[in-house]
Amino acid sequence: NNTIKTSKYNAFNFLPLNLFEQFQRLANAYFLILLFLQLIPQISSLPWYTTVIPLVVVLSITGVKDAIDDMKRHQNDNQVNNRSVLRLVKGRMEEDKWMNVQVGDIIKLENDQPVTVSTLGCGFFLVAWVGTRDSDSASAAVLVKQAITCTSDMKDNLDLLSAFDGEVSCELPNNKLHRFTGILSYKGKDYFLDHDKLLLRGCVIRNTDWCYGLVIYTGPDTKLMQNSGKYTFKQTHVDRLMNILVLWIFLFLIVMCLMLAIGHGIWENKIGYYFQIFLPWENYVSSSFVSSLFIFWSYFIVLNTMVPISLYVSVELIRLGNSYYINWDQKMFYAPKNTPAQARTTTLNEELGQVKYVFSDKTGTLTQNIMIFHKCSINGTLYGDVIDKTGEKVAVSEKDKIDFAYNKLADPKFSFYDKTLVEAVTKGDPWVHLFFLSLSLCHTVMSEEKVEGELVYQAQSPDEGALVTAARNFGFVFRSRTSETITVVEMGETRVYQLLAILDFNNVRKRMSVIVRTPENRVMLFCKGADTIICELLHPACISLCDVTLEHLDDFASEGLRTLMVAYRELDNKFFRTWSVKHGEACLSLDNREKKLSIVYEEVEKDLMLLGATAIEDKLQDGVPETVMTLSKAKIKIWVLTGDKQETAVNIAYSCNIFEDEMDEVFTVKGKDSETVRQELRKARSKMKPDSLLDSDPVNIFLAKKHKALFTMPEEVPNGSYGLVINGYSLAHALEGDVELELLRVACMCKGVICCRMTPLQKAQVVELVKRYKKVVTLAIGDGANDVSMIKAAHIGVGISGQEGMQAMLNSDFAFSQFYYLQRLILVHGRWSYNRMCKFLSYFFYKNFAFTLVHFWYAFFNGFSAQTVYDNWFITCYNLIYTSLPVLGMSLFDQDVNDTWSLCFPELYEPGQLNLYFNKKEFMKCLIHGIYSSLVLFFIPMGAVYNSERSDGKEISDYQSFSLIVQTSLIWVVTTQIALKITYWTVISHFFIWGSLGIYFCLLFLLYSDGLCQMFPNVFQFPGVARNTLNQPQMWLSIVLIVVLCMLPVIGYQFLKPLFWPVSVDKILKRIHYCMKHPLPPPIRPRRRRPGLRRSAYAFSHQHGFGALITSGKTVKSKALKKNSFPAKK
Amino acid sequence: MTWSATARGAHQPDNTAFTQQRLPAWQPLLSASITLPLFFCAGLAFIGLGLGLYYSSNGIVELEHDYTGDAGSSNCSVCAAEGQGRAPPPPCSCAWYFSLHELFPGPVYLYYELSSFYQNNRRYGVSRDDAQLSGLPSALRQPANECAPYQRSATGLPIAPCGAIANSLFNDTFSLWHQHQPAGPYVEVPLDRAAIAWWTDYHVKFRNPPLVNGSLALAFRGTAPPPNWPRPVYELSADPNNTGFVNQDFVVWMRTAALPTFRKLYARIRQGDYSAGLPRGAYRVNISYNYPVRAFGGHKLLIFSNISWMGGKNPFLGIAYLVVGALCILVGFAMLVVYIRYQDQTDDDDDDE
Repeated sequence: NNTIKTSKYNAFNFLPLNLFEQFQRLANAYFLILLFLQLIPQISSLPWYTTVIPLVVVLSITGVKDAIDDMKRHQNDNQVNNRSVLRLVKGRMEEDKWMNVQVGDIIKLENDQPVTVSTLGCGFFLVAWVGTRDSDSASAAVLVKQAITCTSDMKDNLDLLSAFDGEVSCELPNNKLHRFTGILSYKGKDYFLDHDKLLLRGCVIRNTDWCYGLVIYTGPDTKLMQNSGKYTFKQTHVDRLMNILVLWIFLFLIVMCLMLAIGHGIWENKIGYYFQIFLPWENYVSSSFVSSLFIFWSYFIVLNTMVPISLYVSVELIRLGNSYYINWDQKMFYAPKNTPAQARTTTLNEELGQVKYVFSDKTGTLTQNIMIFHKCSINGTLYGDVIDKTGEKVAVSEKDKIDFAYNKLADPKFSFYDKTLVEAVTKGDPWVHLFFLSLSLCHTVMSEEKVEGELVYQAQSPDEGALVTAARNFGFVFRSRTSETITVVEMGETRVYQLLAILDFNNVRKRMSVIVRTPENRVMLFCKGADTIICELLHPACISLCDVTLEHLDDFASEGLRTLMVAYRELDNKFFRTWSVKHGEACLSLDNREKKLSIVYEEVEKDLMLLGATAIEDKLQDGVPETVMTLSKAKIKIWVLTGDKQETAVNIAYSCNIFEDEMDEVFTVKGKDSETVRQELRKARSKMKPDSLLDSDPVNIFLAKKHKALFTMPEEVPNGSYGLVINGYSLAHALEGDVELELLRVACMCKGVICCRMTPLQKAQVVELVKRYKKVVTLAIGDGANDVSMIKAAHIGVGISGQEGMQAMLNSDFAFSQFYYLQRLILVHGRWSYNRMCKFLSYFFYKNFAFTLVHFWYAFFNGFSAQTVYDNWFITCYNLIYTSLPVLGMSLFDQDVNDTWSLCFPELYEPGQLNLYFNKKEFMKCLIHGIYSSLVLFFIPMGAVYNSERSDGKEISDYQSFSLIVQTSLIWVVTTQIALKITYWTVISHFFIWGSLGIYFCLLFLLYSDGLCQMFPNVFQFPGVARNTLNQPQMWLSIVLIVVLCMLPVIGYQFLKPLFWPVSVDKILKRIHYCMKHPLPPPIRPRRRRPGLRRSAYAFSHQHGFGALITSGKTVKSKALKKNSFPAKK
Repeated sequence: MTWSATARGAHQPDNTAFTQQRLPAWQPLLSASITLPLFFCAGLAFIGLGLGLYYSSNGIVELEHDYTGDAGSSNCSVCAAEGQGRAPPPPCSCAWYFSLHELFPGPVYLYYELSSFYQNNRRYGVSRDDAQLSGLPSALRQPANECAPYQRSATGLPIAPCGAIANSLFNDTFSLWHQHQPAGPYVEVPLDRAAIAWWTDYHVKFRNPPLVNGSLALAFRGTAPPPNWPRPVYELSADPNNTGFVNQDFVVWMRTAALPTFRKLYARIRQGDYSAGLPRGAYRVNISYNYPVRAFGGHKLLIFSNISWMGGKNPFLGIAYLVVGALCILVGFAMLVVYIRYQDQTDDDDDDE
């Protein structure tokens, strides 16, 4: 059936399954083994509870987290499973739950309803526009799905549908979204089924009132579930480093145990053997060697706290907390779409603070995929700029918007500011009229009018939609179309044009035309297309007009607008008739149809009369240029990987600051074979860094030395600022063999890289390339299904949510709805998370070293007998209670500078990219610091109590008092240490830190209290120690001395470090602290205008148009049918 | 339509200082104006404290004598030689003579010190049963396994008190005699052997098992004394408040030392004529030499010492404070020099920018 189960556990199997999973983690397994070791009495140097209690706490925290996660999944499952659906049962439609749907059922889907099974389009639907969540290309979020003819004839006749007894044989469930093959055998005939006939789970039905479908895949077999099922586990660099360090610690532990075991052997030989009068050897110990074998394991148990048990669980908690901050951030909440930012993966936070490369999709990510009719040039006059009396351009404001009230069919969302154009329209300028008429006729847009007067256009490319909408507002309303007619309301007057032919768009032609017969029986051809193409097709008479228009086009292009030229031609009837015959023949020809058609098209598309040009703004997402600038200041490189055309992509790159006009050069690689591509890349490299081609170049030497094996590409510095443009075809060659290194070297030296016409797979390949050879963190951001592969490939995948397609978001690690939130995610949340994680790790390792290594020093004074320095209860509680909250507080609340400064000074981000705050070197510092602290912690109390007494002559140098002094000093030392690390003291930090100290003393008095000890004398063996020792001056004098000795070097180091080894960050921090004390008005960054000329771009979707579909006449049926079915329902 | 049809703003995060990470906070900064004075102040304070500690520790008078009896070092060498290789060593007594030329200011404490004695060895330290020592009758009969091999006697009786610590109870005894005038008679100096253990140990941690018919001996019936002990635990002293598990010497011994060299309080001298200290004159300490330490290279010492506000004689803290204080000031000066020099340099850099 169709039940979806994403949850892992149920109430009964939770405990065993969860425990089993948790013990698969190395750390947990290690502690389990340790527990078993402790149960062996011969080597047990610590009672069982010192390990069991922390282990149980750690396991239960993780368990609770898993349980909550699973509960959410259960809820989601229930919600999906209990949706209602109309199911055909015994000739009637019955409402049922989604989960009861089974393969072979026939279900009815209505408009705007999500599909939760993979359904074979069946029964009726002819042109079902299916807005898919897994849209293939960002620019075509709407897919056309069609039912096969044999079933579409059944329409909504339930009797026929019930009697349907076809048999479908199809491929096994798989995760390929764009492939499906199957055969329907029905009434003795076989029909071929492909993915056009299949409605996938996750789609939403649009523009279709209803359709029936045959269920083919259900539940986990659906393509969506097959896709989302496998989640590739992403590990952060810090994770990997942590694992290595834990391994190091483990080895260090073994070495220490070995040393101590050897020491024990020697001691037993020299002293222990003779000390047997008071302490005989155990009967199983025959020699000091045997004894030291046992001691090895005893010390293994004693020193186990070197490997911190709560490390992993603390790291998880911290990441979880920092993820919640992302979810909670109001400044990443997009109110219009009601979408907050979402940290879908809670284990990657600190990686956000180390991003070096950002791979971005273009459409829907950098741009809104909204096209706005911005300007036009009609018959040599430029419209669109608001010009005041002196002839200066004026900035437009919302209130200057033209009121299109005179036109009842106008789209209220459309805005235009230049009144002269409206005046020209109302005055009846014939050129302007013809211009807009051509816009309202020459397109493949579909219109829908559910309510009288409210037109909704469905355009395959948003550019077309923008043009038709513009024509509509200026009074040339495209109202409806059939396969033979187009109805246009021209200045209030309805006119029906006969559609004679659509000369559809393709990438070679770069233009489209329609041929219509006007109501006056004139045959007109309207054409729109790229300027370079149209110019060549123009009639010689309009050369002068063409020059003027081209000037305007240059203007448009310099503003980053997408342009089209519009032209027309009147055909005489006779010519058209002969052409029409040829056209008909070409259409019917079986071989070389495309080529023949385009020859026929060319015959008629010539001697065009120029009408003008349009300029459409490809609207950027909010704040994109600023964000790109901020990110590049943070030394983050942005590569645009897009499926779009080169012209558009480069255009957008300029308008969002990825390319700048001041750049020394932008290289374009367009070679068609691998040798040309290599030559082009080498040429580019020789310009950027001339000596990099010499054999003496260090990188070349490096590359020559190591081949094939995995290595890290060294950083290279170019002599200027460059950009690189490469298209998908050349990229395919560039990614082959050793050309990829060439590409990588060139691309990484460039400031911005644009890869266009990329397939989804190539996007992932580029990401992989950088990931493989540069040991840096990569981030991919995109919104469509074509970005999924790169989102999955990159270290961090970011999905733009709130768009039609959810596939990207579903596969992402972080999701939000605006590109400019990226700077906040990286520079604020990422940086904080990274800083916090680094502080956490260095402190955490330090505190465990300082804690554990004291045992090591003590061994030299107790005959290496695995005697612990501390009370067992202290060992149990140290990581769990005494020191856990302050470190959690620090790693959840600390911030060196607040978010505003983080964004003001993106340079602060650099240490994360270079991984300066926590690496192996920092770890060694922690180790040395820990060793130093443990030395101080052991030898100062030892000196203080050695052969000493209390002021009443009684004992202070006994083991229990000594333990108390050392452990109290330790608590003070680690607390002051964290107090030094914290830079942001909130109330909670104060509470955690002083609270932990308070808890320590409270617990101390509780655990050492008379009552507890009398009840369990063998468990609580320290009665009265707190009372007897805490009031001794030696104790407090030692603590003060220890704390000062441990702190002053740290303070001195912190003080001298920026003086001796200054990092750029120190300077910025200094400046920020200065600014915080002396508030300055925030610097106003002037928005730079972008002068200069760039080539224009033509505004078309790069797919085939819908021309063929429209002329095939199938829409007519749909319209007719709709009209038939609606009244019946009412 | 089901997934987006929620109320507008329903997903808007809360605008609280906590969720937006805007909690008001104190952001201290370790600037030069804090760090440098900190070093100087800490240095000065430490030197002051260190001087005080050093002088008060120096004011303490200590008199110690090694009576282990290594060849010819004292007259206990006879006993040491006699006890060589015999277990248990035969009872033997020896003496230590010393004279004071001036008053040994009181109160004077008498300690014994053992060295190379690993009371902090883990196996030694755990070889006890605190439940038994707290007077639990069940534990008296069933000593904990940690006590092995001193858990049960050869005849199978439970040992009370069990374990290696109890078995190795220090059993040398001392008495102090004072000769007022030269050639005069020796007068015994009263040694206060009460309250030498922690109050909590004596009253809380250590308790005798409940008396049977008013008799401690009956309470301990069916148990065996540790093999090294010449007499059972209830006969440690004639004083009913000082016998059994609550015998002061036993309690002091059972509080194991942290280091292999340790002192334990034997008696306080604060009674009669001796409350102000030990007056000048000749003294003799009678030692009953029972405890073998020479086998493992240990030493036994006797110490007379008085005490200051911060405990016994121990110059360590005073010296440590002085050294750290001096270091602080030195490092402070060094940092000051570095700071001034680099400050200029960074200012220059800033100007260059």
